This record gives sequence, C-alpha cells and structure tokens, in this order.
Amino acid sequence: MKEINTKKLINFSINGTAAQAKEGWTVLDTARNMGIYIPTLCHHEAVEPIGACRLCVVEARQGNWSKVVVSCMYPPFEGVEIFTDSERVKNVRRWVLEMLLAQCPASREIKALAAEYGLKSTRFKIKNPEEQCILCGLCVRVCAEVVGVQAISLGSRGVLKHVSTPYMVPNKACIACGSCVSVCPTGAMQTRLDKVRGDISQRTGHGFAH
Amino acid sequence: MFRHPVTHSKERILYVKKLSTDIDSILEKYPGEPQYLISLLQDVQAQYSYISEENINFICDHVGVPVTKAWSVVTFYRSFSLNPRGEHQVRVCCGTACHLKGADRIAEDLERHLCVEREHTTKDMRFTLETINCPGACAVAPVVMVDDEYLGSTNQADVRQYLKKL
Amino acid sequence: MEKITNIEQLDLLKNSLRKARESGRQVVRVCLGPGCRAQGADKVAAAFRNAVRQQGLPVKVEPLIKETGCHGFCKEGPLVTLEPSGLFYSRVKPDDVEEIVEKTIKNNEVISRLLYSENGTVYKSAQEIPFYKMQKKIASRNVGDIDPLSIEDAIANGAYQAVAKAFASMTPEQVIKDVEVSGLRGRGGAGFPTGRKWRSAADAVKKHPGPVYVVCNGDEGDPGAFMDCVVMEGDPHSVIEGMIIAAYALGARQGFIYVREEYPFAIKNLTIAMEQARSAGLLGANIMGTGFEFDIRINRGAGAYVCGESTALFQSIEGKPGEPRAKYIRSVERGLWDRPTVLNNVETLANIPVIIENGGEWFSKIGPPNSTGTKAFSLVGKVKNVGLVEVPMGVPLSTIVEDIGGGIPGKKSFKAVQTGGPSGGCIPYKLKDVSVDFDSLTKIGSIMGSGGMIVMDDRDCVVDVARYFLRFLEEESCGKCLPCRLGLEAMLEFLDNFAQGKGSLEDIEELKSLAKAVQDGALCALGGSAPNPMLTTLEYFRDEYEAHIIEKRCPAGVCKDLITFHIDSEACTGCGLCASNCPQACITGEDKKPHEISQNACTRCGTCMDLCKFSAITVS
Repeated sequence: MKEINTKKLINFSINGTAAQAKEGWTVLDTARNMGIYIPTLCHHEAVEPIGACRLCVVEARQGNWSKVVVSCMYPPFEGVEIFTDSERVKNVRRWVLEMLLAQCPASREIKALAAEYGLKSTRFKIKNPEEQCILCGLCVRVCAEVVGVQAISLGSRGVLKHVSTPYMVPNKACIACGSCVSVCPTGAMQTRLDKVRGDISQRTGHGFAH
Repeated sequence: MFRHPVTHSKERILYVKKLSTDIDSILEKYPGEPQYLISLLQDVQAQYSYISEENINFICDHVGVPVTKAWSVVTFYRSFSLNPRGEHQVRVCCGTACHLKGADRIAEDLERHLCVEREHTTKDMRFTLETINCPGACAVAPVVMVDDEYLGSTNQADVRQYLKKL
Repeated sequence: MEKITNIEQLDLLKNSLRKARESGRQVVRVCLGPGCRAQGADKVAAAFRNAVRQQGLPVKVEPLIKETGCHGFCKEGPLVTLEPSGLFYSRVKPDDVEEIVEKTIKNNEVISRLLYSENGTVYKSAQEIPFYKMQKKIASRNVGDIDPLSIEDAIANGAYQAVAKAFASMTPEQVIKDVEVSGLRGRGGAGFPTGRKWRSAADAVKKHPGPVYVVCNGDEGDPGAFMDCVVMEGDPHSVIEGMIIAAYALGARQGFIYVREEYPFAIKNLTIAMEQARSAGLLGANIMGTGFEFDIRINRGAGAYVCGESTALFQSIEGKPGEPRAKYIRSVERGLWDRPTVLNNVETLANIPVIIENGGEWFSKIGPPNSTGTKAFSLVGKVKNVGLVEVPMGVPLSTIVEDIGGGIPGKKSFKAVQTGGPSGGCIPYKLKDVSVDFDSLTKIGSIMGSGGMIVMDDRDCVVDVARYFLRFLEEESCGKCLPCRLGLEAMLEFLDNFAQGKGSLEDIEELKSLAKAVQDGALCALGGSAPNPMLTTLEYFRDEYEAHIIEKRCPAGVCKDLITFHIDSEACTGCGLCASNCPQACITGEDKKPHEISQNACTRCGTCMDLCKFSAITVS
C-alpha cells in the first residue's frame, strides 16, 4: 500500500468544498474519502493506476491556469481547485462513453454509465455487437501485479489492441484463479476465461501452480 | 533466401537444429537482462525475416521475461513479423510528401498487381508489400523501395516493370 | 589513431590535421544524404574511386574522395563539390565522373553542363546559389563537409573542442548556466528550454543521489521530416559531443541514443563514430585523461511512432511496449528506470557544442529573444527546391518557401504549408509572412514541431490531408487511453463521411467538440495534439469542407468519391499507355486517336492520370 506521511496534509478544494489529502493520495483517493463520486472503469484498489479509461477526468484550476487531469493519478497540490463535473470534464466523459457504446455495445455497465450522461445510442459504427471489453487492461494488471502469473497480455496496439495469450492458445501458466474475471469492469473477461485457461480437466501439472 | 520450412520431414529437424545453433550466437551478444528483449528480437527478425515461437521462447529464457511480455512487445512494434517475409521487400513510402504525390495510388496499384494486401506476403513468398513512413528521400517523392534499391519519382508502371525484372 | 590522454593533445592533433589539409590536395565531396542516395549517389562515389584508381594519378593530383552527409539541395542531387576550386556540380551521373576527373580534376576545366542554373544565371559555387545564400548553419555545421566515418576529419573541423573547454575551464554548474543563457529550446517539437530541463534533472539527482541518464531522441517519426537523420548520418560526432557535455553537466555515466530503425545509415555512422571516439579516448572510461567516464549505447527503434514521446521511449529502451504514462511526475525526476533522465532531441544536442565553445550569450543573439538560434527544416512537397535548410529563427515563412525553396513548381499556386507533422497545423497562404519561431507558430494554431515543412498547392485537398494525418496517428496510437484509441477512429469516421460528400454542417461543430474532448482527455501528446491538422484546416479552409459537405464537390480534385476523370481529346495522343495499365480496362480508343474513359466502370484509381505523359487526364 501507499506510504503515507501523516504529518503532511495538502489543503485544496473539490467542487468548492475544502479538501485535505494525505501525502501520496491522489485526487480520486481524496474524493472517495469525502464521498464525492467520480466515475471510473480502469481503476482498482488492488493494482497501480494507469489512467487509461479517462472517465475519472477532473478539471484542475489555479488562477488563470486550468487543465483536465485524470484524478486516479493526479497528486493534488496546495491550493488547487478541483472540479469533478465541469463542462470540459463532462465533454470528455460524454464523448468517451458514446464511443464506448460503439466499441462494446454488449456491456450493461457501459450502457448504464452512458445513460447517466444522457446517452442512449451512438452515432459511430458498431464493429462487433457482442463485444464487452473496453481494453482497460485491469485483467492483465491483476494477473501480473497481484496473482504474479502473467498468463495474459495486451497484444498489438491502437485499434487492433486485444487481450490475449501468446499465439491465442490457452496458456498453461494460468492457474484459473478467476481474479481477472472479478476485476473486469464490464464482464468481458467472463467470456474470455476459457480461451485463457483452456480445458481445466485436461491440465496436467506443467506450469500449473496449485 | 529463407523459405518456410517443409514440415514433417527430416529437413525440418535439421532446420531446427541449425536454428538453435544460430540463435545461440545472437543470444550471446547481449547480457541476460529484460532491457535487451527488443534488441534480441530485432536481431532475430533480421536474421530469419520473422520471429518464430521457438525463438521467442529462447529469447525469453535468456532475458528472463515471461512469454506474455514478449508477445505484447512483438505484436506492438511494427517491425516484427510472426510470419516469414517474402524474398523481396516492396516498401511504398507513405510519408506526407509522397502522399501528396500519389503514393497511395501506387500502393493500391501494387495491391492489385501482386494480389496481396499491404503488410502481407504473396502466396508464392516472392514479395512482401509494406508501407513505410519516410526514409527521408522526399526530394524524389513518390518513393518505392524494393529491398535496398530506391525507385524515386516513380509511378505505377515503373514499379511493376521493375518487379517484373527481378 | 593514438589515444588522447590529455586536453592539450586534442589541440595538437587538431592543428596537425588542419595543416595536412592545407597541402593543396584536391577534395571531391560526394553527397550521400538520403535524397542523393535515392538518386544513385553511391554509384557516383564508387565511380570516382574507380576512376581515380584506374587513372593512376600521381599522388600530388590524386584527389581525396569524401562521401559526406547531406548537402541540403536534394532536388538537384546527386551533388558533388570540388575543392579548392569550390565548384558545385549538380545532377551528376556515374557516366559524368570520367569527364570530371579528366577535365576538372586534371586540367581545372569547368564542365558547364553540370553547373546549377536558375532563371538564366549559372552558378559556379554553392555559396552563390540563392538556396544556400540565405541559410545559417549551426546544428548542421559540419554536415556535408566532413566524412562522417572519419573522426580525424571531424576533429580537424573542431569536434570535441567544446568538451575539452568544458573539462578544462567550466564546472558542471557553469555548463548548465551557459545553456540556460543561450535560450536554447528543445528542437524535437515541444520547445522546452534545454537549460531548465538540465537544471531540474541536476536538482533531482542532488535530492535522490544515484544514476542519471542522458538520452538522445533520434526517433524522428514525423512523415516528411529528415533533419535529425541528416545530422546523425552526416555529423555523428556533434551528437556524441553534445551528449558528453550533458553527461558532464549532470554527472551521468550512461547515455542512450534511440534511433529510428528506418535510418540504417544513421545507426551505422553513429556506431562507427562511437567506436572511433572510444579508441581515441574521447568516449568511455577516463575521457581525455580527466577521469570522467561516460559511454553511450544505441537502441534501435522498432517501428512505433509513439516512441518519440518521452515516456514511451523510456519504456522501449527498457524492453517493453512503447506505451506512454502520465507525466504528473516529470521524466527529469523519474525517467528511465525511474531515475532522473534528460531526454534531448538530436538537433538540440548538436547545438550544444557550439554554445559551449562560443558562449550562451553569443547564441542568444541569434533569432528573436524567445526562440534563439537556428532551426533545420526539411522543405518538401510542392516546392521547387526540395531539400534540407537551416535558417535563423524568426525569418518569415515566405522566405523559406519562396526565396530559399523557389516557390511552387509549374503553374499551380501556393496554398498552404504544413508544419509540425501530425501534431502540427496548416498555415494558409495569407499567413505566409508569419515569423517562424516557437511562439508565433503556436499563436496561429500550428507548432514548430521537429521541423518538417510540407508545402501544398491548389491540387492538394485539406480534407484529404487532415484524413491522412489522422489515419497515420490512428495506426500509430498505442491504444492505451480511450480518447486516443477511440477518438481518432471516431474523428476519422466524420472526415471519411465528409470526403464522400456526406455529413452536415452540424457535424463540423460536433467534430470540434469531439476534438476538444480528445485534446483534454488523451494521455500523451500524440493523442492530445492529434486534432491539430484538422482544426487548423477547419479554421483556415472551412469553405473547402463546406464544398465537400454541401456541394458534394472536392475543389482540389482529390477525394475519390467526388471526382471523375476525363480525357482531354486535344492533349491525348492516343499512345495507349493509360488503356494498357487501366486495372478496370475501362479506357478505350483507337491507336493514335484520343481515348475515352467509361465512367460506369471507372474506380478512380488515378493510374491513368499518374502515367499520362501529356497531362491529358483531367479531373472534375
């Protein structure tokens, strides 16, 4: 867990309310501590944040300076004003969600989140109506950082990116622990699990940690 | 020139043996640390024109990273290929200067002519058609590189003619 | 070469090498820059070596054949210059070589056929040509002059003098101070002050003692830009020297040069230069006998544009996929292997030795106060004098395009200049007098970028150019963050519609809103700046977008779905070249009589237009 120097507190504000962060806390940590809701998809307490889904964006302001930052990684500094629902912030979230509706139309979670922002449909092309995965990489990170197995990885890049095992064959390293399924924010890993672990009944020892 | 090995034969076994000896000489060049993963993959790519599953395993053992890591590296970077490349590399520059001068039309023509999509190899393993992003020869745009030869200020007919002569 | 074990020895060596140069021996410099090489310069150089060998010239006459880096005037390549006569021959073919040896080298005769001429004036030497006259070379000072494979040649030109000066008379603090005073800003694109970067890294090391790294970014990925390539190929020692000085300022012992793999000659020349520097005692352990230790390793890029982004580049050096990370903690504090790291561009580092030798004060007087020094540009596209130029900052854009570049070829007109590659913008003709410096370009929506300058004429469609850059970035996006991975694809969907004459004016506003979301939301600069080409073209050429959307017309005649090809019956000679190459076989006509295109079958592939030798194919 994070090292916290309890002696030093950072004073700033979230949506006009005074906020205090312990050293090492991010804006998201502080907001959650205060009970302020910020939507997230790729964030999970069990693993290091990577700031990929960009749903947790907030606007940081000081004087004339302002910047949209990801709250899951942004360390607040003394006096900064954070706005979790400014127009700029909502613009990012709305567009990301509308694009996600096209990317993973089968995900109930994404539909519910999009509805919060008034989105019921998407104007963009739907490539695969069955898709649920948003490619946040939580499954890959939990497998590497928590389970310590590294049975899955993100293959390729850009629009071709996908969660896969080497050569798309089930990986014997997988211990079928199900951590990836439990952290998946959209339920996509459920349908992929068999492709990763293969047929459990056929497994014989090698690389299979009990 | 490298050809895809014939499987289920003695040659295949001999071929594998040859590979394993050659791979050692590549592995020896770098210390067994994760930072040398990409350099090793590049050398293997240069030597064999592609990266085989077997060689990924050798490299991973040498530098000490799991195959999943190497897999994401190999599929992330454009210069690595999981399948053998053709005898001749046909590379159409699609940099900005070449684009303005019709590089895309040349690439499309080559796709039709060679009956292969870009970034793929013809069935007879003669040609691999690729697009690249500027080797710096903008003065003679549009440029097509065939192996190490530059065809400058070229057009569809000239490239076809050149390929015919190979 | 003997190992240099103290600073005075370098001076002695330089002086003796200079003296040897003054022997009056003729020198033939053959440009082997990327442009000339593509035009067969390697064969010209080989022909020179052959001719000299075969002729068995007496030692006094035998010229020194130097294969140098880029001379800049790529359009006229292959280029050959001769000394001491100063003659400049252009478009030299291997067949011309024998004549040059026979006439010029042996008998001092000028071959006027090979001289460059422009508007009726014939130029004998390079300095007189307008293309060269207005340039000022600092970063590329030795490129084209020295043989990049000879450290002696570089030393004779003053290489490693700045390192010697820094070791002998400056503290690391003074080096940083001098770079700060110079006002040098990073030449890779963002324009961050180099001195401040070094200072922050030096402070970070003080706070957390341990290793610190100097990394040179040679991953020049912008399509249509090759300045760094030319410097690395033509004067590798200036980059190495710049890195040694940075290392001295920061106390670094290990450096890395990350070179794009599409530049095999840059990799080769740098590798050889480093080996030579090591054996000369100028790199590695105990440099010049001072006890200072610093070595460099070359990392080849593996085909990922995003690795030009600092944090992605570090990932790549560490052997991982090149995915950037958020930079809330800057890389000068936490870079390579989470240690303080200074990442400088090739051109930035090539400037460092000159700054140290002449002083930061001297450098700061070149160009406007906020953008000091010179900048190299690769001037390409629809411009007469395609090539590499280096000019003082602050010159008007029109000077580069019209005076140095010679304007637009043919009867077409100057439409726009694209600067800064896929992250930059399009500058329209009406702003052609904008001062080329960091701040002025940012003000009009473009950026300096790494130095690609692509000139467009009225046959280039801005919608097509915006699509081109977006498609490029979509392919190069690492895919880590959603605004970039999905946003570029979505923006492209809008533009694809426009290019097909679909969409509405509201879509333009929606697209702008999406662009804002991508700028705000993307993780790194690749995504954050991706909308720039589109936004600037929308601002300056909105009428062209509207022509696509409302009139279903592509004014430049580029967007396939909105054009038709015709054959001008007066210009057509009936040669049949188009008909025999048409993939649809939809061009018909009798031999020696005007042909015709059957519009129903035509796929508008453009092959006929590209091949026609009589410009008989028209677009409407």
